Amino acid sequence: MLSGSKSLTGRALHPGSSSGELLILDQPISFWGGVDHHGVIIDVHHPQCGVSVAGKVLVMTSGRGSSSATAVLAELIRAKKAPAAMIFTECDTILVIGALVSAELYQIQMPMVELTADSYAEIPKSGSISVAAETENMIGLIKWLE
Amino acid sequence: MTPPKLILTELEQAMLAGEHGPAIAMCMRLIVGVAKANQATRLIEIESAHADGCLYHGIAGLEYTEKLVELGGKVKVRTTTNVSSLDLLHPDLVHADATLATNGRRLMDAHLALGCEATWTCAPYQTGHRPEFGTQIAWAESNAIVFANSVLGARTDRYGDFLDISAAIVGRVPFAGLHTDEGRKAALVLDFSGISRELLEEESAWPAIGALLGDIAESKVAAIIGLPGDLSDGGLTEDRLKGLGATAASAGGVGLFHIVGVTPEAPTLAAVVNAKVETIKISTAQLRASRDRLTTAVGDDLDAVSLGTPHFSLAEFENLAKELEGGDKFLPSIDFYVSTSRGVLERAEALGYAQILKNAGGRIVTDTCTYVTPILNPKIKTVMTNSGKWAWYAPGNLGIETILGSVKECIASARAGKLVRNDALWF
Repeated sequence: MLSGSKSLTGRALHPGSSSGELLILDQPISFWGGVDHHGVIIDVHHPQCGVSVAGKVLVMTSGRGSSSATAVLAELIRAKKAPAAMIFTECDTILVIGALVSAELYQIQMPMVELTADSYAEIPKSGSISVAAETENMIGLIKWLE
Repeated sequence: MTPPKLILTELEQAMLAGEHGPAIAMCMRLIVGVAKANQATRLIEIESAHADGCLYHGIAGLEYTEKLVELGGKVKVRTTTNVSSLDLLHPDLVHADATLATNGRRLMDAHLALGCEATWTCAPYQTGHRPEFGTQIAWAESNAIVFANSVLGARTDRYGDFLDISAAIVGRVPFAGLHTDEGRKAALVLDFSGISRELLEEESAWPAIGALLGDIAESKVAAIIGLPGDLSDGGLTEDRLKGLGATAASAGGVGLFHIVGVTPEAPTLAAVVNAKVETIKISTAQLRASRDRLTTAVGDDLDAVSLGTPHFSLAEFENLAKELEGGDKFLPSIDFYVSTSRGVLERAEALGYAQILKNAGGRIVTDTCTYVTPILNPKIKTVMTNSGKWAWYAPGNLGIETILGSVKECIASARAGKLVRNDALWF
């Protein structure tokens, strides 16, 4: 491993590999009603309202709200306005389905990884991060440079 | 730590490998992907499904469903359809733009091509689709899920778009969550014994209980004690449980509740709790606060009334007709809507209830609902409803102010052209 590079291992929820700038959400968000079709947070009650999730490695404890979030995420992935990867502390089935459907229909693999609360606390606050997940052995690897 | 391994039967492996056709393989990839994410160790067979992917949300849902049709997909179990974006029986009621009209219809047609029944209702359990106690099912639509689990004692996890139709096609779901005995145990107890019997006889108490349940339980299973009556004595009716569950599933992620002495899995509290769990005593002030969250309007101006979310039952139609018969018409300034299924409407027409509503000036919506598709006149600002679910979603979905009231109060208000509501029992 390169000097200065750090990594964390979690449980893979959806396979894929990508990287991007970190975006850590202060609160969970519902994609349905909370994110517009450009990938911008529009929930006025959310502290990061106005921030774009497109291309980011999105980190949040879990998703929130309606099962229609599946369709919204699939639409964002189709339109290439979705996050590059997602990291949760609690598996969000509704969002995992969105990733599975997009892989099926559009052959776009968005990695999703679940971390324990302890590992979650070790994620840096900002910077570029890479995520690689495989669901054969359910291993998700998160790497960044310090 | 090694994650639990998903074990598929030989038949399931063959389905996944494409030996039973490409549509089944495509659906199996989704089911298996979800099973792995949820750490399920096996799949279980289901006896019925209710699909909510027929409400149009965008291209991805349409492309997924039409791809299944193209690949020759057919549902393996009885599958009813949830509300759509259109009212096929009253097409003039929905002001759909060209995209919604075309794609909404294509999505409905694709579901029928897959072998789903054209029920187009969020209350399939009141129009002939009532799974038996203990059966494993895959239902979508939050109110239908909580009703099937809680009132019928069937077993479904909280499913939504894509997974519902895929489960119907392979006849299987991951064995996890509310499908398991363990997942159905209550994690907390709510005690309503401090609420007066008179207040519990108020129709609006039930959506208020639902909002409070959703708020406190979030997505956990709760057991409720201290509610009087049973399903047969006319007090705790099926429609009240329907309203309670629909509101709880909106305000929180409730997929199952137990009412001790009422719902079928809870003859006693001991039957639904494992160890000692926290009991929360509910006060009248808390219940009133929950009811008040379902009213956003200030003042007594009113533009419309919307009943039937979830879809009106035949019993609700009968009660409405009794209240309306021989009385004044609604004022022309008030639009009065009742949403129901085409199945219930057919019987309500045969029994004359529908005509009584129309004579009073009411309009009937089928196949869809007044808060999920453009039906209301854009000038409408304030709507009264008996539905906690409608009141929960309409401010965000439609930008409308809401007032929660009983059916009687909704009728009185529509006749008066302004809010008429009796708050005496709430204080």
